[in-house]
Amino acid sequence: MPPCSRHIVDTTSRPALAAHVRLTFNELRGKWAVLAPEKVLWPDEVSADILKRCTGDEPISKIVADLAQDYDAPADQIAPDVLAFVQEWSDRLLIRCSRADAEAAR
Amino acid sequence: MTDPVGPPLGILAELTHRCPLQCGYCSNPVELLKANRELDTETWIDTFEQAARLGILQVHLSGGEPTLRRDLEEIIACLSQNGVYTNLITAAVTLTRDRLEAFVDAGLEHAQISFQGAKAETTELVGHYRGGHEKKLQAARWVRELGLPLTVNAPIHKLNIAEVPEFVALALEIGAERLEIANVQYYGWAYLNRSALLPDYDAVMRQVDYVEKTRDELTGILNIDFVTPDYYADYPKPCMGGWGKDAFAITPDGHVLPCHAAQSITSLKFDRVTDKPLKDIWEGSDAFNRFRGYDWMPEPCRSCERKEIDFGGCRCQAFALTGDAAATDPTCKLSPYHDRLRELPAAQEIRKRVLSAGKILAENA
Repeated sequence: MPPCSRHIVDTTSRPALAAHVRLTFNELRGKWAVLAPEKVLWPDEVSADILKRCTGDEPISKIVADLAQDYDAPADQIAPDVLAFVQEWSDRLLIRCSRADAEAAR
Repeated sequence: MTDPVGPPLGILAELTHRCPLQCGYCSNPVELLKANRELDTETWIDTFEQAARLGILQVHLSGGEPTLRRDLEEIIACLSQNGVYTNLITAAVTLTRDRLEAFVDAGLEHAQISFQGAKAETTELVGHYRGGHEKKLQAARWVRELGLPLTVNAPIHKLNIAEVPEFVALALEIGAERLEIANVQYYGWAYLNRSALLPDYDAVMRQVDYVEKTRDELTGILNIDFVTPDYYADYPKPCMGGWGKDAFAITPDGHVLPCHAAQSITSLKFDRVTDKPLKDIWEGSDAFNRFRGYDWMPEPCRSCERKEIDFGGCRCQAFALTGDAAATDPTCKLSPYHDRLRELPAAQEIRKRVLSAGKILAENA
């Protein structure tokens, strides 16, 4: 089911690709593709690296830390871009977020 | 045409023209094909295997009513095994839960259910199927139970344009991720019935304001895709994202078309999947190459800065309204035929989409 209110993304959000949204490497075209209901999207390398980490297991703070290490870049420089990216994909219902604190309170 | 032809992305597969509904704006051609003209299972499977090798990533399984094909689960399984994403586009009035479950087991990834009205009486009035609305609601619940994403498709015209807010409420109530507010496009059946279906200008403008406001309010809750009625536009729509660029359609008898309405352009000849390999048709056939790229364009398109945005608009509409498929789409205000959009035939009752009467209706239109 879609969310009943808009998820506002912060560093505690745990993003996952929505059900039946698939990230796949297209050999023929040599690039990443996201297959979703009635649309195909072409994330660039960096976007694909974020999407690969959207498993629902990790909060954005951890995703940012991992990317900072892989790209050898300061986490506080990467964080705003990751948050904006996840918010955009969440707004388009391609990513669903749960919240760590919501789980803890349950 | 000097650029090499890139791989195609998507197919609209019209598996059958058979349908339990009789909507007066059906996107199928006015001359509908009977069941005995449909491709057999083996040919569809072979075609989809070729399509996957050619680069196709998504197939929209449509009709008529695609679930009337008894081999639909086999077709879905073939596509799924080849990594192709499948969308089912259904009227959903003859669907059972068992059947839907079989599609999901075969690998179906998304279902789109059409609602002819947001109210039961409108759905019946438009589709001519008793109890259809309740059956659609039931099918939507099954889609949810089976964990598939759901799109509500709402084809909009004069009879239901006032129900647009109710369509939004319906989509939210049944838990759809997507709502398509799809204003009817006036080809084929809809062109035949345009005097009864085309909403007036004020109603369309009210609709545009409402949808834009609501789409913002529902960000992150419901995706609203809005197909505007191009009869009131200043510029044409980028039909198919460009002719022969990303996508094509296949008819129930295997004709491969650059757009699902392309057979209305009687000056073009189309190949069938039974004639030659799909790759040869996509890359080499005259029908696909005729309007690829920009070299075919006459003025005012040729020197227009919008040509890479809208590709000169819709070839079918150009042919229907001017007799020349290469002309600028008359929905463009730069077309010398723009005024023809306002010439509506006298008011008439809606001609129902029925199998045998289409040709007679078209000839007398």
